[in-house]
Amino acid sequence: MDQRNLDVKTGAFLAYVQEGGQVEATDWLPDEYRQKLVKFVEMHANSERMGVLPEREWILKAPTLQRKLALTAKVQDEVGHAQLIYRIVEDLGKPREQSLADLISGKAKFHNVFHYPTKTWGDVGVIAWLVDAAAIISQKALLKCSYAPYARIMKKICWEESFHILHGRDVILAMMTGSDYQRSLVQEALDRWWGPLMQFHGNPIPREEDPMWVWRIKSQGNEEARQQFLEGYVPQIRELGLTVPDPNLRRNEDGVWEYTEPNWDELRSVVTGHGPRSQDRLAFRARYLEQEKWVRDTVLAA
Amino acid sequence: MTIFEVFRQERKGQPFAHAGSVVAPDAAFADAWAREQYGRRGESQALWLVPRDAIHQITEWADEFDLKYRRVDGYSIKARLAEARERAGTAGS
Repeated sequence: MDQRNLDVKTGAFLAYVQEGGQVEATDWLPDEYRQKLVKFVEMHANSERMGVLPEREWILKAPTLQRKLALTAKVQDEVGHAQLIYRIVEDLGKPREQSLADLISGKAKFHNVFHYPTKTWGDVGVIAWLVDAAAIISQKALLKCSYAPYARIMKKICWEESFHILHGRDVILAMMTGSDYQRSLVQEALDRWWGPLMQFHGNPIPREEDPMWVWRIKSQGNEEARQQFLEGYVPQIRELGLTVPDPNLRRNEDGVWEYTEPNWDELRSVVTGHGPRSQDRLAFRARYLEQEKWVRDTVLAA
Repeated sequence: MTIFEVFRQERKGQPFAHAGSVVAPDAAFADAWAREQYGRRGESQALWLVPRDAIHQITEWADEFDLKYRRVDGYSIKARLAEARERAGTAGS
């Protein structure tokens, strides 16, 4: 195919996805689309995979057996999501071994919120409730992704995430109806997580300039997602008597939320492997990848 | 390793719909992993696991013989009906 034909074909593809069209793994995909898609989907898979580590630490320390089982189930769900999403990446041409190697070497990224410590049980509640709520807003927007195999598995993922939000909310409600000490643990956790939560959906780049939106990999812009999060969750946070640690946070008459500019330098630094727990968690993954090699070898030899 | 496409049926009588895929060394492993991925909350009535290579796909639809008489949009009734009414003298009544 010469360059002119390629440009025409790419233009037609772009117009098709921008009209809401979806493509399958067996369709012709422009190289740039495939690259952007792999990068985006791989980061999602890595985030599911790394995202269990902050919670995993609390399986042994959960306050009741029921909570321990629920947290274990959540961890299983998230690992399962990683498996499903790595399958999408593999079908796009990148082998899983390569994805795992790039994750460990720091070449591939994972979401900012999974680079932080989980100090108390309050953090576990805030993660399951608010981090998962922020994540489900992004993930629901992927139900309309131009790449249909990804959109299809997102149905199952969103369905399972809804259990996690309930689990998190239940943990928070139990603590907020408990002792003053329990309530203070939740408030302190919220204070710690608010910054990362506000950074989570990314800088407010206009969606027309966001290649992920241009190719309709994402169906909404970063700021739209953040506004949706604030609109949905700030009232829920406040009704429990919690204080959002941002004195500038307010809802304008036109329904738009104003807030203190999130710390974008922190976001950049954290996702490039300089977060408080980035290196520990990558080292943990590297150790287990090595330690479990015999399982993969056995399965492959079967 | 073999890629198995997974189709799930939510309730009896419903069609099987494509849900995703699992990659496994054989059908026994695929069975275990598909149960875990697509059935552990009782969300599926049944699953079909099909090796991807076994799927014969059709995406090209030639229409050289103008087969539109088989479709609703293949009939332009409106103009003919108007003409027929004209002839019968029932137009506009």
